[in-house]
Amino acid sequence: MRFVFKTSYDADIRWFKHGAQMFWYAILLAIMLAVPLYFMATGDPYLLGEFTSVLIFAIAGMGLMLLTGQTGLVSLGHATFMAMGCYANVLLLNAGVPWLISFPLVGLLAGVFGTIIAFPVLRLHGVYLALATLAMSILTGDFIILGEAWTGGVSGIAVPDISIFGYGVNKYANPYAYYYVVLAVVLIVLAFYRNLLRSPTGRSFAAVRDSEISAQAMGINLTRTKATSFFFSCAAAGLAGALFGHNATYVTHETFDVVMSITLLLMIVIGGLGFIHGAFLGAIVVGLIPVLIANGRSFLATTFDVNINIPGLESAMFASILIGFILFEPMGLYGRWLKIRTYFELFPFYRKDMFRRQKSYLKTERVK
Amino acid sequence: MDFVQLVVSGLANGCVYGLIALGFVLIYKATEAVNFAQGDFMMIGAFVCVGLTNAEYMGLSFWLAIPLAMLIMAALGYAFDWGVLRHMSGQSQTSIVILTIALGFILRFAAGTIWSHEPVSLETPFAGQDLRFNGIVLGIDEIAIIVVTVVLTALLFLFFSRTKLGVAMQAASQNQLAAYYMGIPVKRIQSMVWALSGAVAAVAGILFASKGAIDPSAGLLGIKAFAAAAIGGFGSLPGALIGGLIIGLVEPFSSRYGPPGVSQIAPYAILLLVLIFRPGGLFSQSQKKKV
Amino acid sequence: MSLLQIRNVTQRFGGVVAVNDVSMHVDEGEVFALVGPNGAGKSTIFNLLSRFYTPAGGSITFDGHDLMKLSPDQVPSLGVARTFQNIELFEQATVLQNLLVGRHRHRKTSVLAEAFFTRKVWEEERHHRHAAEQVIDFLNLQAYRDKLIAGLPYGVRKVVELGRALATEPKLLLLDEPASGLSVEETQDMAFWIEDIQKQMGITVLMVEHDMGLVSAVSDRVLALADGKELATGKPSEVQSHPAVIEAYLGTSGIAKGGTAPVRSTAEDAAQKTGDVA
Repeated sequence: MRFVFKTSYDADIRWFKHGAQMFWYAILLAIMLAVPLYFMATGDPYLLGEFTSVLIFAIAGMGLMLLTGQTGLVSLGHATFMAMGCYANVLLLNAGVPWLISFPLVGLLAGVFGTIIAFPVLRLHGVYLALATLAMSILTGDFIILGEAWTGGVSGIAVPDISIFGYGVNKYANPYAYYYVVLAVVLIVLAFYRNLLRSPTGRSFAAVRDSEISAQAMGINLTRTKATSFFFSCAAAGLAGALFGHNATYVTHETFDVVMSITLLLMIVIGGLGFIHGAFLGAIVVGLIPVLIANGRSFLATTFDVNINIPGLESAMFASILIGFILFEPMGLYGRWLKIRTYFELFPFYRKDMFRRQKSYLKTERVK
Repeated sequence: MDFVQLVVSGLANGCVYGLIALGFVLIYKATEAVNFAQGDFMMIGAFVCVGLTNAEYMGLSFWLAIPLAMLIMAALGYAFDWGVLRHMSGQSQTSIVILTIALGFILRFAAGTIWSHEPVSLETPFAGQDLRFNGIVLGIDEIAIIVVTVVLTALLFLFFSRTKLGVAMQAASQNQLAAYYMGIPVKRIQSMVWALSGAVAAVAGILFASKGAIDPSAGLLGIKAFAAAAIGGFGSLPGALIGGLIIGLVEPFSSRYGPPGVSQIAPYAILLLVLIFRPGGLFSQSQKKKV
Repeated sequence: MSLLQIRNVTQRFGGVVAVNDVSMHVDEGEVFALVGPNGAGKSTIFNLLSRFYTPAGGSITFDGHDLMKLSPDQVPSLGVARTFQNIELFEQATVLQNLLVGRHRHRKTSVLAEAFFTRKVWEEERHHRHAAEQVIDFLNLQAYRDKLIAGLPYGVRKVVELGRALATEPKLLLLDEPASGLSVEETQDMAFWIEDIQKQMGITVLMVEHDMGLVSAVSDRVLALADGKELATGKPSEVQSHPAVIEAYLGTSGIAKGGTAPVRSTAEDAAQKTGDVA
């Protein structure tokens, strides 16, 4: 059990609560930086590609987490903003804008676009907002087809390579450099996320999430706060979309479909709603399932000579894991980790019901 | 005459949407849960009936298969509420939404594994028969859908107004706490509502499959039914049916008279527009939370 | 010139007149209590002041500003803070974070500066935390500082809500039933705090309260309401002995004074609590 004696206000404001925490995160960062070295040594970068996709999903997950986990607005349409970011990036690059300018610009554009879209739906609560964003997500593919002149419509469009001061980064030609680019974006988005959370903006998000009525009574403008949340959330989703485009190298109207929107939401729920860690843990689950299934399949095929090929198995497994979590661990993977950690910190004094009261109680959205 | 045929086929489609919408309005009113898997319930209902009737599976009589399929779906709905939802009281509405989305994935997977992903159609006694008069050709299946929906609506109306269980369900959905104090077993009633909604989904599925082919992804039709429910404001049973009919009519007419692609977009665009401009539905007034 | 001036305010819900042509004023530095049976319109007046409702007629001015021109989130910026009858805290946040949300009206930094967490944001944060810490000291909340609201007992939540309102550094504090659900000891603490808030901090207090013990202990003036209409205004003792007030609480049947007050059902709200007129 660790006691942290706070001696200044700064102790509460800093990114890390104490030295040991900083130490562990520094080690994690060092491992993340060293990962490509291992693959360079083995010479098989396939798994590194999976790592990179997990990080890209984590960026999108952070975006959605800010909106859903922090502000309490459920979006079933975040793939739309990823699509927006991806296509904007492609168009800017094709117009000759250097990547270092186009990429941040994409974040800004996706944020502005998201805010504009958000305004009409901001009055909606809970399920209604989810439905509106779901409808938006379904319509995205149709709009991409309508904008065929720019998007390539059904036949799709090729995504140009990243170029940083003339140094080209391509997923296939140079997977290691691509990984570092994605990692850098992850760290930047993470820094913004943490900064927002420890400032008045982040607290106003939480206030809107937990009680709109008393948020107003504390002087928080609901529309402005929700729009701000949408802005940052969609900006992160846009950046993730742009990177996703570079990762896929070719995108069509079906790349950013409803299933992707839904997957994003389910992902952050599995990871743990309301925790940044949740975005990463959820992304790992989403990234790992296909790898596990593929490995399991080849294991069965080689050792037992059984060939199983069931379509939809991936999403069914994903869905079952999710149902398990909602029923038995509503706080997600991160919540489970918190409990395990507390168990060891307090050993042998951990009690089973220590976290019981943290369950969120039903807030009815009906007025009658 | 072209126009009449469009109206009839639109109404027939609309009835299916309306019945799916009816299913989740029933659940929404009674339990505040939004069942995103209602469309998949419909799909499973259709497949169960296919499994019971079609020659390649069990080959039972169509008229025996209908009540059986309804019963099986009712049991499934009851079991889901009893086995899963009851254990998550106290969690937010959003968790239930996500849970039912996940359930939809699993149902689609199950249907694909059991009955394959190929479209199949239900073998009905009246398949392919037409009704002709004055040069108008109407499919018997379409007429049957409309008739069955009207009869089912009437039965539901009688159920809610005349039977003890129906009145109890209404009470529980209007004020859970008060119903609980009056000695109504609210939890069991909620499971019954899920069962009822499962049975309605089975009917919708059977009607849908008798008119065309069914495959596991047909469950995504549920999203169109959301548009229907949104028009009705999510709280009204007749509203859901009317909403379904509106969506059903908009589709064939916009595809006939509108520019290409519009009929595909229309239901979702309507859903979005209704939510933005009339979040309480086309027929209702909004209310505020009391502090 | 009074701090808060309410003139001929009327509020209707459908056919029910919740507040009927009520006029009142609260002077700077006083503790003013609204009493009355359930459904008398006390909380409605609070919600009118918070601008959650817009009255059918009348005017409300605070500190020279016309409240009718403001939206609910603009009212706190004038220095009006409130608590709620059925505690409305931010459940999934810690006590400290709740208090810091109370500091929202003193926010001087832009979202952009906060995203980059500039020096100024850092200094402002220290300042906000310092202010919140003072409230924590005042209300003895040290033990709960980093606890989530979701795990706290009712009495503590009630105090945290008071703390959150104080953290806004208001001129006028609206307390909606500060003692409801509290034990005798907790109610006594509340009485001391209200007194300190008035005397030491110089904050004007307007409260709705059923506990007449608390009302007579702390308030300078009392307004009694019934069925949305004003019955009497004056010192606590005067209002308590006013014939119209006794009639409203006890009915005309003349139940002996000092017994438990009868439950009186009204249009807005079926009677749930008993008004305690000792």
